[in-house]
Amino acid sequence: MIEFKNVTKMYGSNVGVENIDITIEKGEFVFLVGPSGAGKSTFIKLMLKEIEADEGTITVADREVTSLSNRLVPQHRRNIGIVFQDFRLLPKKTVFENVAFAMEILHAPRKVIKKQVPLMLSLVGISSKANQYPHQLSAGEQQRVAIARAIVNNPPVLIADEPTGNLDPDTAEEIMNILQTINNRGTTIVMVTHAKDIVDRMGKRVVAINKGKIVRDAEGAYREDD
Amino acid sequence: MIRAFGYTIKQAFVQLFRNKNMSTASVFSITAMMLILGLFFMLVVNVNLLASSAEDQFDSIEVYLLDEVTQEKAEEMLEEIEDFDGVARAYYMSKDDAMEEMKSRWGENAYLLDGLVDNPFPASIIITATDLSVEGDIVDQLEGMEGIEDIKYYQEMVGKILSITNYIQTGALILIGILIIVSIVVVSNTIKLTVHARAQEINIMKYVGATNWFIRGPFLVEGIIIGILSSVISAGIVGFAYYQFVESFQQRLLILFSSGMVPFEFIMINLIIIFVAIGISIGALGSILSMRRFLDT
Repeated sequence: MIEFKNVTKMYGSNVGVENIDITIEKGEFVFLVGPSGAGKSTFIKLMLKEIEADEGTITVADREVTSLSNRLVPQHRRNIGIVFQDFRLLPKKTVFENVAFAMEILHAPRKVIKKQVPLMLSLVGISSKANQYPHQLSAGEQQRVAIARAIVNNPPVLIADEPTGNLDPDTAEEIMNILQTINNRGTTIVMVTHAKDIVDRMGKRVVAINKGKIVRDAEGAYREDD
Repeated sequence: MIRAFGYTIKQAFVQLFRNKNMSTASVFSITAMMLILGLFFMLVVNVNLLASSAEDQFDSIEVYLLDEVTQEKAEEMLEEIEDFDGVARAYYMSKDDAMEEMKSRWGENAYLLDGLVDNPFPASIIITATDLSVEGDIVDQLEGMEGIEDIKYYQEMVGKILSITNYIQTGALILIGILIIVSIVVVSNTIKLTVHARAQEINIMKYVGATNWFIRGPFLVEGIIIGILSSVISAGIVGFAYYQFVESFQQRLLILFSSGMVPFEFIMINLIIIFVAIGISIGALGSILSMRRFLDT
């Protein structure tokens, strides 16, 4: 589903990522860990083609991203849902509208939107708040809305960039359960995180990056030296 | 396609209303710009008319003949003149013809001429040159002929009028160009504010995979609406002012220049076409420029 082959990205003389080689299969749930500035964001940005790799090739959902023309970047991004630490909901739209918005952009018919959005809202367990505005919601609820928005167009890949960073442990666990549910439906998930307890508990594949290089890639737990 | 179009138009209006103050401000500044532009437009059009009517009226050379020249002799001269280079047409006007013409020009007061014992008007040959610039050459050749009392021509005066109108036109064009650029900057600043206000939304749109044109669409339409609004308002004001001006000064100008002014209808139709075209271009360009940096990645 996701493949990096010998990918290097430099920022001037600073290393973003260096010689990254990794394959993530369809349906995997992968944690991307490492200290700040290790190259996790660069990794994500390369996947989204927000930045260009200097060397190597990147493939996401059978599409070679590195050779993609700018015109096709929007098409490519429709294959990747993304959730941020700070939710990034539109404050002037209701919960329903925030999720529907992602479908409107792809010119989905009204009828389809009206069916699909409630489905997603119930999947993340926030159906009852469909008509409320983001500021009326708790942080955990906002993140649920953000997740619903990210998956409403059924992307094969979901990127979660520190989705629990702003949440208390209980809420974080709820969010992880939702992500697990989404993963069970076949969506490949790449989650960037610093939350050791979560990584340990989930027992998934952990990819540790440091100074732009993959220093460890194994099933299991977060290690302090990561 | 239609759904996307509907979305774009709706969003554009929503944005316009959300930034009421800024939208109004830019409509005002562009209207002001277009008013000045309209002023120059009317000036140029009228100066053009003046110039071409001056050319028409004063493109002839009047050759006054001595009284002793007989009609036969005059006809010979006419034939000779018709062969000169640069002569388009030439005709003979006898003393009687001249008297008749003067009477018709004086209209009601023509009876005053009846009191004259002798006809004081000389016979003449009226020459129309193919071009203003050759008038001098024709006059040079005429000066070698006998039986001529006086030659009247207006090459210098018309030349001066034409060069002045040229300056006015060039000046107006430069000013119009500057005004258009300023307007584009004004629109692009307004749109930039809307874009900044919606930076997050645009960001999310990009992550969800909206195409650049989809994101740009509403802003483009917003700019175009601002442009059209300004152009209609300013065309209305300029048109009204021009109408009033023509109404009150047309008569006096007719006496002064005998050419009158460009008719209101002509001005109005062209004004609307030109203004709307400029308005749309200003709006579209302004918004595309303001979004360029935003849509780079």
